[in-house]
Amino acid sequence: MKIVATYNIKGGVGKTAAAVNLSHLAARDGLRVLLADLDPQAAASYLFRVRPRVKGGGTALIRGGAGLDRAVKGTDFAGLDLLPADFTFRNLDLILDATKKPAQRLARLLRPLTTSYDVVFIDCPPGISLLSEAVLHAADLVLAPVIPTTLSLRTLDQLTEFIRGLDGHKPAVLAFCSMTDRRKRLHKEITQRLPAEREDVAAAAIPALSVVEQMAVQRSPVTAFAPRSAAARAYAALWDEVRARLF
Amino acid sequence: MGVHTHDFAYTDGERPVSQAVREALAPRFSVVPAARSRTLRRTWLDTFDWRLRRAGLTLEYVTGRGPAQLVLCGTAGERITAVANGTRWPALAEGLPGGPLRDRLQGLTSVRALLPAAKAASRVAQFRLCNADAKTVAWLTVDCLHPSRPGATGLPARLSLTAVRGYRGQTDRIARCLAAQPGVFPTTLPPLDAVLATAGQAPGGYTNKVDVDLSAAMPARMALAAVLLRLLDTLEANVAGTIRDIDTEFLHDLRVSVRRTRTALKLGAGLLPEGLAGEYRPAFKWLGDLTTPTRDLDVHLLTFAAGAAGLTSASPADLEPFHHYLAERRAAEQRRLARALRSARFTTLTKAWRGALTGLTPPRRGPDAAHAAARIIGDAHRRILTRGGAISAGSPPEKLHDLRKRCKELRYALEFFASLHDPASHRRAVRELKGLQDCLGTYQDCQVQLAEIREAAADLLAIGVPATALLAMGDLAAHVGERERRARSEFSGRFAAFASREARADFAVLAAGAGA
Repeated sequence: MKIVATYNIKGGVGKTAAAVNLSHLAARDGLRVLLADLDPQAAASYLFRVRPRVKGGGTALIRGGAGLDRAVKGTDFAGLDLLPADFTFRNLDLILDATKKPAQRLARLLRPLTTSYDVVFIDCPPGISLLSEAVLHAADLVLAPVIPTTLSLRTLDQLTEFIRGLDGHKPAVLAFCSMTDRRKRLHKEITQRLPAEREDVAAAAIPALSVVEQMAVQRSPVTAFAPRSAAARAYAALWDEVRARLF
Repeated sequence: MGVHTHDFAYTDGERPVSQAVREALAPRFSVVPAARSRTLRRTWLDTFDWRLRRAGLTLEYVTGRGPAQLVLCGTAGERITAVANGTRWPALAEGLPGGPLRDRLQGLTSVRALLPAAKAASRVAQFRLCNADAKTVAWLTVDCLHPSRPGATGLPARLSLTAVRGYRGQTDRIARCLAAQPGVFPTTLPPLDAVLATAGQAPGGYTNKVDVDLSAAMPARMALAAVLLRLLDTLEANVAGTIRDIDTEFLHDLRVSVRRTRTALKLGAGLLPEGLAGEYRPAFKWLGDLTTPTRDLDVHLLTFAAGAAGLTSASPADLEPFHHYLAERRAAEQRRLARALRSARFTTLTKAWRGALTGLTPPRRGPDAAHAAARIIGDAHRRILTRGGAISAGSPPEKLHDLRKRCKELRYALEFFASLHDPASHRRAVRELKGLQDCLGTYQDCQVQLAEIREAAADLLAIGVPATALLAMGDLAAHVGERERRARSEFSGRFAAFASREARADFAVLAAGAGA
């Protein structure tokens, strides 16, 4: 089982859209996929029409046992399950802090899923916190969306620096340009230059297109409701690169 | 987590099924077509002795639009699929495309071929059942099956409701709504069973076991007649598969039925009307002898790969001319056997034998089944103790071969009268006997194989095969010889265990139990 976390210190960069579309593509490839929506904003849960509610909330989830198994819901897509968000997830830092070895807690919680899933995607809330540290400890690959601007690139460096400083397990990082606007020269220039210069940046880039925003209207991955769109093709190219790094 | 399903049959000819479902679920749930309906050809596959069925599995070969698929489903939600374009049935699992499905099937079917158990055309439509959030909470598959048999009529539409994970409660609510509709009935009958039922058949019908239900007080003659009729049924059930050479087990089961029949005729001759056993024993000996060459070659070929893998000074590829030689001889013997099974002599024999058995009536005086079973088992057991006890390190192989036959007689007698015995005592007795039988069987098989290798070597030398082939056969013979010596040296220990005071006591309990 491989664990992929869509994560960035910055918010609003396309983490949830990437997690939703890539998990759909992975399931379409025949893999058994779980998407864990750890963001209390519950956008991924909303997009899959699953009510953001976990019995017992974050406390029950982090305690382990049957709580995680009971909370998982099937989506409308074969092979793709969702661990919905819950509003109490806003306190996951505090809940984790009350456990022994909090940074390793998430990895231990996910271990029993090995026989049930081939890939687990974790949609993380933004920021640097105890939760993000636990996610990074659990993940095999951190998928970091980056808006092609100078400030965003600085955040990517902060993220790689943060991961380098972690004790023990360090996940691989794959950044990709997100919300790219081809009318902007800087976007165009960074999107072309970055993958050539850095091995940890994917060649695929996700364009800022209204069809991606339509996901919230359709409540479905763009790869499902508009599979031939430029955005869906971009996610498919990104999934090819992610898959090649995972398996 | 297991798959949560509900199955229904829909028998209302007035309303289309989709309309009935919509009416049943409105306004709480909506019904959304998931894909265009499609027509599939479904062939259910299993071995002749239903090994998949007994393991709780169903295997289907599905053709329609797109590539042909094999779908293996288990009762606990297991599902493995594989593309299997152009597969012709019957087929051995080892001949299927490699992958998890073949691995799973090979372990279960072993030497038995997969053959069609039933065929049907299937019109399948799938619907998403959505809640107020337009979230799919369950899948509904509507399957209209039409058995592929002349004159067969279509089955009622089958509605299979499968819960999406985490929506079991809503799915159960949907099931209750459906069940309340006129013409909708819950069903537990799997599709294969439903298709077979239209032809008056049931799955899992065949077993090579002597499963007759005897009572202790019934006349021994009628008990023996029931056993012999059951053996004749098994024999006849395997004739077509043996003639078509579908797999080696058809001949094995046919041959075992003949052997059991010969044993029953020998041990129970006195229970039958005078002259009957004497009349049929030569006929069944003819039949038994007919099956020997092909079965001996089958055993050799089935163990060939293992033997070749154990070569020490030659490569398995060097044995190819020998394998070819065995396969050709087997093909010739099989043709001879098939001809004999198609002959008037064979059909007359089985027909007359069935007539003789069904015409039997209870004698005015004679033992009951329990006493006859006790005597037959006791005598057979004593014979083994006497003859086995007389075998020493210097005894010729024929003595061991003879003892093997006596062991088979006892084993068959135990099987015939199993329903009269306490199951635990029966199992213990069989276990004690089996240890001795395995040792004698290995010894005999090795002797047969050594004789075949010597005969083949002479034949192959005459046609000028490469020296490497003969050297490899020598290597193989050395290994077979080693196995033969090992079996021979194990004999005294195995016999001592069988003849031990504890084992004798077990057989005594069995005989007393049957005779009580």
